[in-house]
Amino acid sequence: MIIKWFKYSSPQTFYPLAGKMIPWFAWLAAILAIAGLYVSFAIAPTDFQQGEAYRIIFVHVPAAWMSMFIYIVMAGWAAIGLGLNARLSAMMAQALAPTGAIFTFLALVTGSLWGKPMWGAWWVWDARLTSELILLFLYLGFMALQSSIDDPRRADRAGALLALVGVVNVPIIYFSVKWWNTLHQGSTINMGVAPKMAMTMLLGMLLMALAFWMYTIAAALMRVRCIMLERERSADWVKELSVGGKS
Amino acid sequence: MKTGKSNVWTSAWLTVLKRDLLLALRRRSDIATTLFFFVIVSSLFPLGIGPEPAVLSSIAPGVLWVAALLAGMISLSRLFSADFTDGTLEQMLLAPQPLALLVTAKILAHWLVCGLPVVLLAPLIGLQYALPNDALLVLVYSLLLGTPTLSLIGAIGAALTLGVRGSGLLVALLVLPLYIPALIFGAGAVAASQHGMSAQAHLSLLAACSLLSLVLAPLATAAALRISVE
Repeated sequence: MIIKWFKYSSPQTFYPLAGKMIPWFAWLAAILAIAGLYVSFAIAPTDFQQGEAYRIIFVHVPAAWMSMFIYIVMAGWAAIGLGLNARLSAMMAQALAPTGAIFTFLALVTGSLWGKPMWGAWWVWDARLTSELILLFLYLGFMALQSSIDDPRRADRAGALLALVGVVNVPIIYFSVKWWNTLHQGSTINMGVAPKMAMTMLLGMLLMALAFWMYTIAAALMRVRCIMLERERSADWVKELSVGGKS
Repeated sequence: MKTGKSNVWTSAWLTVLKRDLLLALRRRSDIATTLFFFVIVSSLFPLGIGPEPAVLSSIAPGVLWVAALLAGMISLSRLFSADFTDGTLEQMLLAPQPLALLVTAKILAHWLVCGLPVVLLAPLIGLQYALPNDALLVLVYSLLLGTPTLSLIGAIGAALTLGVRGSGLLVALLVLPLYIPALIFGAGAVAASQHGMSAQAHLSLLAACSLLSLVLAPLATAAALRISVE
């Protein structure tokens, strides 16, 4: 069986498909999140060094993973949109950006909540914290650029180029910050040689990461549906939708 | 045939460079604004922090580099906007010579006008911050190697925000995060020499950043200009 992938590359056909997919991903996200929270709060053992406060990493680490992963996916969609001149890819990139920024922010907030009992400070200029902060700036720049350009085609392409420039720069920024950090302070906790994690801890983290992943897909699809309607408001299929009242 | 083509390219490149430099010379106050901005920003810090030479010399590398960063950034809006308004930019886009090549000439002119004066003035400000002589020398080296990166990366931001409302603030949001590696290595070089270490590694990395952005940034800027002008 051959699936006609390109059939769904136009907003008109993708809009109903996205509508059908959203509940699946949303329910998956909810179920995985409940399972993940149960494993991480009820089953996972208390850490003998960090006590109960370590449990924040079940939210923190997956959020940090997602924040970086979404940026790469976003840049990938942006590149496809720029290279193939595909409208929908650019819309996907635009739809992913706010979710990525939210996860970055969540990682920063949970990181500082975790840092207070562990390091005794809300904020430490640790390499990972700093590069996460810079990632937030990159997301904000992308969103600010897109929203300040009125012509959607130009906004898409300018945003795509910025995302690609960001992807090239992210490793350079990360290593420069890491090096700066090792030069300036030697006393932060090194998580690289952390004691071996219990299986249940890893399981909780993985479940939460999957839940976040599914949530991202659902949220991005919802957002991309709005973007499609807004951009294609003069197209016939949108008019039919609004007259017929069916999704 | 081939030599003829490269001759045309060279002469086009030189023409753009000369034109931009001439324009800058005719509007000398623009150069002065950038320089005075750099001087004023770096004079504000001692007023806020206090005149102790020990404190000042310890913050000098970071403060001077951040001031240079900001001075380079505020002048970015001038890079393409005049050419965009009077239609010159469109002609450059239509020119048979590759746009990325012409863009390098414009960026070089911008650096000569806005970057180089800051580099030359920096040791004077460094003296006010009680920097020792060898650190002053490293400061000049680091700015000399690092400020071209700022102009090159800044050009991408300037091209992307061309004709966009609120472009002056937007360009800061886009460009400043990308400046971080140059800031770290540049200020790091000066701090290393202050602590009696070799600044070699920092300077090499700064040069690497400059070379990498020299290869990639003109291409990205040219693509951004095509997006913005079309």
